Amino acid sequence: MSSVTPGELPDSEGKGKSPRHEWPLWEVFIRGQHGLNHRHVGSLHAPDAEMAIKNARDVYTRRNEGVSIWVVESRHISATAPGEKGPLFEPSESKIYRHPTFYDIPDDVGHM
Amino acid sequence: MADIDQTALLQFLLRMGDNTLILGHRVSEWCGKAPVLEEDIALANTALDLIGQTQLWLGYAAEVEGKGQTADDLAFLRDAWDFRNVLLVELPNGDFGQTLMRQFFFDAWSSILMPRLANSADPRIAEIAEKAAKEVAYHVERSADTVVGLGDGTEESHKRMQAALDYLYPYVGEFFLSDDGDAALAAAGIAPDPASLRAEYDAFVERVMARATLTLPEDRFAHSGGRNGRMHTEHLGHILTQMQWLQRAYPGNTW
Amino acid sequence: MYAQMVKSTGKGVTPREEMSDEERAFQDRVDADIKIEPRDWMPEGYRKTLIRQIGQHAHSEIVGQLPEGNWITRAPTLERKMILLAKVQDEAGHGLYLYAAAETLGITRDDMTEQLLSGKMKYSSIFNYPTLTWADMGAVGWLVDGAAIMNQVPLQRTSYGPYSRAMIRICKEESFHQRQGYDIMMKMAQGSEAQKRMAQDALNRFWYPSLMMFGPSDAESVHSAQSMAWKIKMNTNDELRQKFVDQTVPQAEFLGLTVPDENLKWNEERGHYDFSQPDWDEFFNVLKGNGPCNAERLSARQKAWDEGQWVRDGLLAHARKSAARKVAAE
Repeated sequence: MSSVTPGELPDSEGKGKSPRHEWPLWEVFIRGQHGLNHRHVGSLHAPDAEMAIKNARDVYTRRNEGVSIWVVESRHISATAPGEKGPLFEPSESKIYRHPTFYDIPDDVGHM
Repeated sequence: MADIDQTALLQFLLRMGDNTLILGHRVSEWCGKAPVLEEDIALANTALDLIGQTQLWLGYAAEVEGKGQTADDLAFLRDAWDFRNVLLVELPNGDFGQTLMRQFFFDAWSSILMPRLANSADPRIAEIAEKAAKEVAYHVERSADTVVGLGDGTEESHKRMQAALDYLYPYVGEFFLSDDGDAALAAAGIAPDPASLRAEYDAFVERVMARATLTLPEDRFAHSGGRNGRMHTEHLGHILTQMQWLQRAYPGNTW
Repeated sequence: MYAQMVKSTGKGVTPREEMSDEERAFQDRVDADIKIEPRDWMPEGYRKTLIRQIGQHAHSEIVGQLPEGNWITRAPTLERKMILLAKVQDEAGHGLYLYAAAETLGITRDDMTEQLLSGKMKYSSIFNYPTLTWADMGAVGWLVDGAAIMNQVPLQRTSYGPYSRAMIRICKEESFHQRQGYDIMMKMAQGSEAQKRMAQDALNRFWYPSLMMFGPSDAESVHSAQSMAWKIKMNTNDELRQKFVDQTVPQAEFLGLTVPDENLKWNEERGHYDFSQPDWDEFFNVLKGNGPCNAERLSARQKAWDEGQWVRDGLLAHARKSAARKVAAE
């Protein structure tokens, strides 16, 4: 996930001015017609969730039908810090029973 | 009887196609100039849909006319007095609020008409209307929401939307004028009588304006002269000098 | 290409021995083609350079709507009207993706807009040239988009994740832009005498400005070297410009048009075309604000911003009111 809470980043150029009434930033997730999950496609600005979805339709799907859209205000997204190791990321190699190749399924059973 | 029907049918198709052509052209003027990027993209979508519908309506009109013309010929080579769009769509864009108010008035009418036309006795019209209905459903949702959002926004946005409403409302009645041609098409089950849509239109518009905290004028006066070609506004001529210039300056060229 | 006036901090590529541990780890990731994501540690110069480059790329898309938007109302057929509208709409969308990518680095879209309007941030010089005939729509698609694509395709592999993904999305949508431009040129070049004249005239006016899009030779530039090390820049300006000339000259010949360069010649030894450099004085003048359309482009954007303020404020006010009503109702 490439989204981030902008407020937490170090100050870069252009900040420190009087607050403008900027439309909030939303992250957009789309599941395509034949897709299995929602994928993050980018962000956009909108005054509220309803308009964010409408804008997402226009911008990120060009109005293809049968597409599912999620929008979340960027500030509501929590993310892991990259390079975090430990319990969250216990390498799955050590749990080999999760891998299909661990099991020796006889051929007669068919495709699995 | 068949000849009369053909004339009435042609008139109807020109009215439909000229509405979407002129309105699509007007909306396209916003490209690169909208208040916010997301709206720029949304307006371009609307314009694209409208011009796409134009190709269908005027394409069929050209066939019915039977003179070997194309949709492009009709769009780019007729003078203003042959256009049959309602006056509303040729009015200037004004500010963004005026543009969206105009869009809403048009979309509201279109959203009531298209589902009826999808049941037309003329299969071609039914087909075009079915496709357009999907686009119109989206347009009217967007334009209604914007009218509400700006009407019930800040004091300034409210003032501007009320001004837009006051300016545009006298043009709305033209959608619902009927002539003999309309009567013939209604009798043949090809298109509903325009006046028959008014009640539903009013109810819908009143609901939206209430949410927008905007006041509809009492006066029901309606400007007319567009859909029957009797008298367009001064604006149409200027629109056509832009739109048609290349084809007029370089006749017969392929682009 | 969008790095005009971009100066990353520092005096050139830091030698590895002088890097901090963090810098070394960062450089290793870049070298291994592992994407840098928004919350990763990154050198301040990397962040600043990216904000500038991505932001200027975004501004270029938005300002780039104007020269083509100039002809939407005069498009000669319904089909051309739709195609041009769709292309200009795409450009708005591309600007949006790029602003979104830049925003992951800690700057807001409004801040970037303010810097564009104040002249602190730039946009591609090409958009300061006027579009005077319908053939210019062909030339812009063929040459300007052609040059942009040349730059964008390698940028898909750029080190910063959000920028890379934005470029991938943009490249997918870009495919029809150049083709539709060339299609217009073909119709014109094979059309009437007036159309042929328009096509040649468009090529005459857009050839050198298109070459300028790649920027001056960066053989001397320390900033270029750092950007290349960080994979923010993927090729030198001269490399891209040469590639563009090699690709485009045969296309012009196919159209029966003449590239306005007497020194243009295939060099068998090099395996490339020899060509004249554009007038770099003109380029720097345009960057300074003395191009044919600088004032018009910026004032158009300023106008859109100013006149749109009440709309943005109105819709935001409504959203807040609605939210408050919802809370009150619960």
